[in-house]
Amino acid sequence: MRIWLEKRQEPSATMRALTPVGAVLMTMIVGALIFWAIGYDGPRAVWEIFFTPVLASYKWPDVATKAAPLILIALGLCLANRAKIWNIGAEGQYVLGALGGAGVAKYTQGDTGGWIVPSMIVVGMAAGAAWAGIAAYLRNKFRVNEILSSLMLVYVALQLLNYLVTGPWKDPHGQNFPQTAPFTDAQRLTHDAFGLPFPPGLYVAFALSLVFWVVMARSEYGLGIRIVGDAPKAARYGGYSQTGTVWSTLVISGAMAGLAGVLEAMTQSGQINLGFPSGYGFTAIIVSFLGRLHPLGVVLAGLVLAISYVGGQVAQTTVHVPSATAGIFQGMMLFFILASDVLVRRRLRVEWGGAAKPVAGRA
Amino acid sequence: MGQGVTQGRGLMASGDGANGASAPARLELRGVTKRFPGVLANDNVSLFVKPGEIHALLGENGAGKSTLVKMIYGILSPDTGEMLFDGQSVTIANPRAARKLGIGMVFQHFSLFEALTVLENIALGLDSRISQRDLEAEILRVLDVYGLKLDPRRIVSTLSVGERQRIEIVRALLLNPKLLIMDEPTSVLTPQEVEQLFATLRKLSGQGCSILYISHKLHEIVALCDTATILRGGRNVAECDPKKETSKSMAELMIGANLKTITRAGERAFGPEKFAARALTLPKIGDFGVALQAIDFSVRSGEILGVAGVAGNGQNELMEALSGEAPAGAPERIMLEGAAIGHMDVTERRAVGLCAVPEERNGHAAVADLTLALNGALTARKRMKLMTAGLISEGRARAYAMKVIGAFGVKAQGSQSTAGSLSGGNLQKFVVGREILQEPVALVVSQPTWGVDAGAAATIRQSIVDLAARGCAVVVVSQDLDELLELCDTLSVINLGKLSAPMKVGEVSIEQIGLLMGGVHGDQEATVAMTEAIHAHLA
Repeated sequence: MRIWLEKRQEPSATMRALTPVGAVLMTMIVGALIFWAIGYDGPRAVWEIFFTPVLASYKWPDVATKAAPLILIALGLCLANRAKIWNIGAEGQYVLGALGGAGVAKYTQGDTGGWIVPSMIVVGMAAGAAWAGIAAYLRNKFRVNEILSSLMLVYVALQLLNYLVTGPWKDPHGQNFPQTAPFTDAQRLTHDAFGLPFPPGLYVAFALSLVFWVVMARSEYGLGIRIVGDAPKAARYGGYSQTGTVWSTLVISGAMAGLAGVLEAMTQSGQINLGFPSGYGFTAIIVSFLGRLHPLGVVLAGLVLAISYVGGQVAQTTVHVPSATAGIFQGMMLFFILASDVLVRRRLRVEWGGAAKPVAGRA
Repeated sequence: MGQGVTQGRGLMASGDGANGASAPARLELRGVTKRFPGVLANDNVSLFVKPGEIHALLGENGAGKSTLVKMIYGILSPDTGEMLFDGQSVTIANPRAARKLGIGMVFQHFSLFEALTVLENIALGLDSRISQRDLEAEILRVLDVYGLKLDPRRIVSTLSVGERQRIEIVRALLLNPKLLIMDEPTSVLTPQEVEQLFATLRKLSGQGCSILYISHKLHEIVALCDTATILRGGRNVAECDPKKETSKSMAELMIGANLKTITRAGERAFGPEKFAARALTLPKIGDFGVALQAIDFSVRSGEILGVAGVAGNGQNELMEALSGEAPAGAPERIMLEGAAIGHMDVTERRAVGLCAVPEERNGHAAVADLTLALNGALTARKRMKLMTAGLISEGRARAYAMKVIGAFGVKAQGSQSTAGSLSGGNLQKFVVGREILQEPVALVVSQPTWGVDAGAAATIRQSIVDLAARGCAVVVVSQDLDELLELCDTLSVINLGKLSAPMKVGEVSIEQIGLLMGGVHGDQEATVAMTEAIHAHLA
């Protein structure tokens, strides 16, 4: 018997759609085996992680709360990743977005009015965009790899947060806790205010996913992004600028991460403290790939990852798995989605007997 | 063995088969079949190469020549069929096994490290370890025996393409091959270099080495080869003596139809100047780039200007400066219909009517993973109005792609096929058609028929001639002299980034062009200067 991979003439659309599903299934199977092997009830852990949050309706708001920032950040990452520009630093841009909003909040403590929330959002997005813009500038001006610069800027952002909440922005009435003053009602955005069952961020994420879908699938700009990513020489020939694409995709993905950050601050935490950075910016990288860099796929993938977060907490209390469990499952998902990508361009062939020699895949 | 076979070759030319019956073939293939997903590349192919014979393997692109020689050299293995070498049935598992048997191959694309010396490059490719001193002595011996000129200590980037090819030949000859496979060896050589190569090959064959010579250049095969095996669609169609055939009769066997000749109006009057470069000068980019030095040309309405030259003499730099992919300096360096456009980018130049087709189809002129409709939009989206309010109109993009497919006979399933699913010739027809149907004021096209089968090449050349007849000013950059002589009204030669004065086709001799094309190889001073510059850079 021999098994080999044979190149497809055209990438398979079916496989492109199926591999994320396969990756999630493989994660469940392998995850169950691993946790069984180290002495836990593996199948039950998988059940709790992936199914309990879906079946128990009281978990849905939790899932929605986690899904909103993941989808928002991942939408921006889709755009950049399509152009093969790798923004690994969304976590930093997310933090900057929240800090931008908090900055506005600090200077509007006594004010009321409908203008405060929009201006916090705008400043938060601008702060995230500017943070990513540093990586874009370094890449265009000095050819600094954006993977490194954006990632390193995450740690700068964390230090900046640390400095602000322990120093100039520390709440004077906060009993010396490292946190900003709580946002006032005029600075918060809660779903109760609109009578909505889920946090507002989720609706924003759904609406923006449609916008991103149209832009990426239909617009001249979206076509340019794909071509810059697939064939840089063809992009130049077609009149699409490489440096312009680096700028725009990084700035837009930074603004999206900033939006996620400021919404998180306004709708959930209501202030910024040392615990604010949650790793959404990193998890969103998995979301963008699991969603096949497609805005609608990202919505589904964001929900799946949010489920694994919530389910991971459930499994901690019921199956007593460690707190790192959700992270392990998320990592496996990224691993399997990237590994199974091979099948989009190649098909698995199995031949029983094996008279001829394997030569395929070299032509 | 050498002497006896030399005599035999003389006999064979007159009395075919007399020798073949007594001595076993150097290489014989019987019923070799190779299938790839979706295509039968070789179908029951047979081949019989006698010792010391120069045997041509002739066929269009996609006829299965490359697949066949890859099997002989052990890169691929046949699905079925038998291979005999010197009468012994053999299975060649990999190129190393092929070399061990005495099979050498010189590829069309060289695998050389530009920054290393000739000697270092050869040492890197050897199967066995041998000291540099012994290797150098051995190389000098081979060079001497075959009368080849090459300095083992030179750095590859300072060598002309002909000299680089000699490295590959020496590499193969060091193994004392009994069979040497040459894959399209002359596509990048000047006429003089071709003559030198032929002399070497004749000498080799005189010493008993068989040569399998792959080409689609028929006059070369007539001049060089003893026997020709013609492949079409993966099958044998004929084995013939090229000396008894004409180029036309072999071409018809090769493409299986009567060959179309390009039709053009005889003496055509040209209109006013439409497209010109004025002292276009650009510094070189990177260590291996070429600086453009005061390029001047002027193309009138209806005129086709050919730019001949050996690869790597500034053609790519010139193409990019003309298309707008690279900055061209001051506005007045490039003129279109009297307007200075040197400062414009690609999109702006297309808008005023300057279109371009780069040499490389895949990844430059077209994106493999995109549909033909979107590949059409890549360059035609503004000029052909395929957009509304920043959104690409899928309907109009598909319609434009279908128009190109229809007008140029592109074999594709439709506008939703990906560019990568098309054969080279069909994609080239699409890419050229996409620019021509935009009715440009001036068209710059590089290597319009490179690696394209004869049928597609004829379609493309005819469409370029027709475009010029409608009043377009055309510049064709090509390394294929035959193509330029067939297509162009005027010819210039590019060498080391300098463009020669224009010459009227019909009044210029091949020798003259060849000398102008000489390249680094022909210009001693430039060679010395460049070598020193590179040594200084490395030190």
